[in-house]
Amino acid sequence: MPILLRTTDAVFYSLLVQRYQDFLSSFAQPQFEFDVELTDTPEADPDADVCVTRAGSDWQFRRGDFFAQWDPESGRGTVRQSANPYSIDSVLRIVHTLLLAREGGFLLHAASAVRDGEAHIFTGRSGAGKTTLSRLAPPDATLLTDEVSYVRKSESGYTAYGTPFAGELAKAGENISAPIAAVYLLVQGPENRLEPMDEAETVRTLMRNILFFANDEATVQSVFKSACAFAAGVPMYRMIFTRSSEAWGMIGAAKQIEMMA
Amino acid sequence: MSDRYIARSPRIAARKLGDEMVVMSAADSSLFTLNEVGTAIWQSADGRTTLQSIVAHQVCQQFEVSEADAMRDAEEFVTQLSRHGILLVSDKPIESSSGGTR
Repeated sequence: MPILLRTTDAVFYSLLVQRYQDFLSSFAQPQFEFDVELTDTPEADPDADVCVTRAGSDWQFRRGDFFAQWDPESGRGTVRQSANPYSIDSVLRIVHTLLLAREGGFLLHAASAVRDGEAHIFTGRSGAGKTTLSRLAPPDATLLTDEVSYVRKSESGYTAYGTPFAGELAKAGENISAPIAAVYLLVQGPENRLEPMDEAETVRTLMRNILFFANDEATVQSVFKSACAFAAGVPMYRMIFTRSSEAWGMIGAAKQIEMMA
Repeated sequence: MSDRYIARSPRIAARKLGDEMVVMSAADSSLFTLNEVGTAIWQSADGRTTLQSIVAHQVCQQFEVSEADAMRDAEEFVTQLSRHGILLVSDKPIESSSGGTR
């Protein structure tokens, strides 16, 4: 989904180019575009509450460090923020959650990686081991993100895309995509073990980890519907792991469970 | 409480998954999983039936439980869900209840 960001500030421009370098493209006609107006707003506080509301056909996103307005129909919007990368990063995350909600996808608070042509998604609360597992990734695995996984509905199932939204690794993912093989809920434990999760548990876990900032009824309903549809089509496991690289060996085990089922 | 009418709020999203009903409030994004008894009450909460009638005809007939015990649990259940705006409670029948149960 190509989004055009427009700024008249050369320093901010190069900051954006650097941050999103692997995700830049030259679409003659972007689907969405934002004019970024730089102001002296306060420092970005990623833990501050975001307020996302609908005002007529427009969406308004507000946090201490930014204010954005966006009309999804025309695709145009404006962002007022100071020259920092965190505010625009948050605005882009919000925009993508709204866009994905319309088409049955979502952003998931999760790390993801591609191995053997298939994407594996690792979710869990902060500190559960997403960054650790990302660091332990074997050489033949390509990291899509260590923090925010991008899930889109495709014709045959679901596809995970790389994102520039990084967590503790402070490193953007690779700009590639692959069909999703499975989702794992990370839990630290004394041994490496996989436990299949049933659909209800999968939906509950997804709902706790899907990013959505708008609490209007229509968005909540569509995110819930997306989570139910995803849970019906993609297997989910509780991955109890010891924080060693052997955890990656369990992905093969998940495949065997699938084949036996 | 027992002679009150209960209805599913239209401001929720719900889905039956296996034996459980997963319900989410659109108002505060709280998430609930209802067990089989809770699901039976939930599915009967059409705004036209009193809680007492639901307990007598749905809960006690489907599950081996005394009416007194079932009523006490049902009242607690309804109180909890109504606090999150997931169930509506009224002393008159509640019209046009939907609820998105599928």
